[in-house]
Amino acid sequence: MNQPLLTLDKVSKHFPITGGVMRRRIGEVQAVTDVSLQLAAGETLGIVGESGCGKSTLGRTICRLYEPSSGSITFDGMLFSSLNKEQTTSIHRNLQMIFQDPYASLNPRMPVLEILGEPFALHNIGTAKDRKDQVAELLKLVGMRPESMFRFPHEFSGGQRQRIGIARAIALKPKLVVCDEAVSALDVSIQSQVLNLLVELQKQLNLTYVFISHDLAVIRYIADRIAVMYLGNVVEIADRDSLYRNPMHPYSRALLSSLPVPDPRRRHGRETLEGDVPSPANPPSGCRFHTRCKFAKDICKSKTPALAPMSGTNQMVACHFAGTI
Amino acid sequence: MDALLQVENLKTSFVTDDGEITAVDGINFSVGRGKTLCIVGESGCGKSVTALSLMRLIPGANGRIHDTSKIILDGTDLLSLTVDQMRAQRGSSIGMIFQEPMTALNPVFTVGEQIAEVFRIHKKMGRSQANEAALGMLKKVRIPAPEQRFDEYPHQLSGGMKQRILIAMALACEPKLLIADEPSTALDVTVQAQILRLMKNLQESMNTSIVFITHDLGVVAEIADDVIVMYAGRIVEQGSVFEIFDRPSHPYTKGLLHSIPSLTSVPKKPLNTIQGMVPSLANLPSGCRFHERCPWAKEICKQKAPQLEPVSGSHLSACHFTKEVSGP
Repeated sequence: MNQPLLTLDKVSKHFPITGGVMRRRIGEVQAVTDVSLQLAAGETLGIVGESGCGKSTLGRTICRLYEPSSGSITFDGMLFSSLNKEQTTSIHRNLQMIFQDPYASLNPRMPVLEILGEPFALHNIGTAKDRKDQVAELLKLVGMRPESMFRFPHEFSGGQRQRIGIARAIALKPKLVVCDEAVSALDVSIQSQVLNLLVELQKQLNLTYVFISHDLAVIRYIADRIAVMYLGNVVEIADRDSLYRNPMHPYSRALLSSLPVPDPRRRHGRETLEGDVPSPANPPSGCRFHTRCKFAKDICKSKTPALAPMSGTNQMVACHFAGTI
Repeated sequence: MDALLQVENLKTSFVTDDGEITAVDGINFSVGRGKTLCIVGESGCGKSVTALSLMRLIPGANGRIHDTSKIILDGTDLLSLTVDQMRAQRGSSIGMIFQEPMTALNPVFTVGEQIAEVFRIHKKMGRSQANEAALGMLKKVRIPAPEQRFDEYPHQLSGGMKQRILIAMALACEPKLLIADEPSTALDVTVQAQILRLMKNLQESMNTSIVFITHDLGVVAEIADDVIVMYAGRIVEQGSVFEIFDRPSHPYTKGLLHSIPSLTSVPKKPLNTIQGMVPSLANLPSGCRFHERCPWAKEICKQKAPQLEPVSGSHLSACHFTKEVSGP
């Protein structure tokens, strides 16, 4: 991999739990713990996991919506913790996010022209006169009619709103777009339209995506490399084909196996996990998955396995028994 | 087939600002004993209204089920029952599970009390006997540490656990029919797999029939015996799960099946899509309701609404060009 666009080095994000009259800190939710990964330009990294695994927190930390509790993030050669004014502006331009809920992420009091014109205005690109042309161009890019710019968010369907959200994110031709469950709230037929659009835009604008989703089929469709998260940790990173052909972490295996396949002849042989995800405020000792893992031994309770490359593959797995199970 | 539930010409309308709209427009189906029927479709196609109609839970203020409709459960027409008779049926011979387990449970009672209430009302049990029975149900739905969970409130449980509580309540009286409206949609995949397996096991032990509503074709393939595909208030295709997946014969079904990314589709290759979006019920297209989005549509589709016609055996499709769509 040549010069990575984004590098995360042992990034953690813990949220304090406060209690009592003095709002003293009585604990913390360990949403993301010790995540290290790299992302090359033009690549799509999928982040997959169940609710509460920290995938959204990680996405927001990458977008600087949260400051990491520890660890460092470098984007395009700039270290997040020591940015000057010019670099901050550059990061605002080049790092964008698409949100899950197309109903909550657009200001209901702004017409589309204002929503999509704002990025240009804030970064002084073009004059107010050019604004309409810029917005019309953007709307065409996401497959909407330019006349839509005079309408308000409530006049659009969920799929169209998501297109507006995408248009806003790509307005300034960013380098990295973080998509947080960008298609999860949409109906099946609309979901495929939006996925096609995201793939098409990536080709046209040479975008890099961090694509967060709980949907394994969607992740497989769009991602080149995939990180599987469980309770704040990355338990496996692998390229798409290796992960789906040969998942090596017991959690990745269980996750893939529980996905219902749209083929009534393949009903049997599911490996189901028992129990629920433990609370991130009080995660299990050692390997965080040991409470639900059928291969767990004593060492798993006491020692946290590190994410290590597996010889002969390009997979990284955090399991004491990776390769033997 | 010895059908447990027979629905004939079900038509449910609501009065809105745009006039009366018909959310479910004359649908017919039946569910065999111990069988699972899946109703599939996108938001707004009428699948939830169908479920609520079966329970007679359509709000009377602005909604109504038409007089020509029949819902026959084990020989009784539910629509001819009085309000009190219907109330006695709910929970005893028909159970229902909803999508949002948090809003379906009462936050101020413990989950144990809520399950016990079912036994007290329908089986006229005393308090201690009902509590005993409720504890038995918690064990049946495999809640870990049931004695302890009995005294907990809904907010103390995870989503998957709450869904198990709802299943316990719905199945407490061993109903003949269970209606499940997107019961696993709000859950994670690993928990969804647990819940689906649990429902399947309980169904086998109690010989319950299930009407399962979902938009997820993966779930349909997993649990259904028979499938109904709905679009804009009407059935567009129905048949056994194998008929629907092996030989989809309506353009909408075909579109749905081909537009989902699956574990076998080619990454980043453009997905087939269904153009446009579901029409508003207040402003339906003429003729076939799908014609504006259909790649096969011809002149006749704009003028004449197609009827459900056999493709083969019990497999029906409502399309003027079924043969062309389904192929040889």
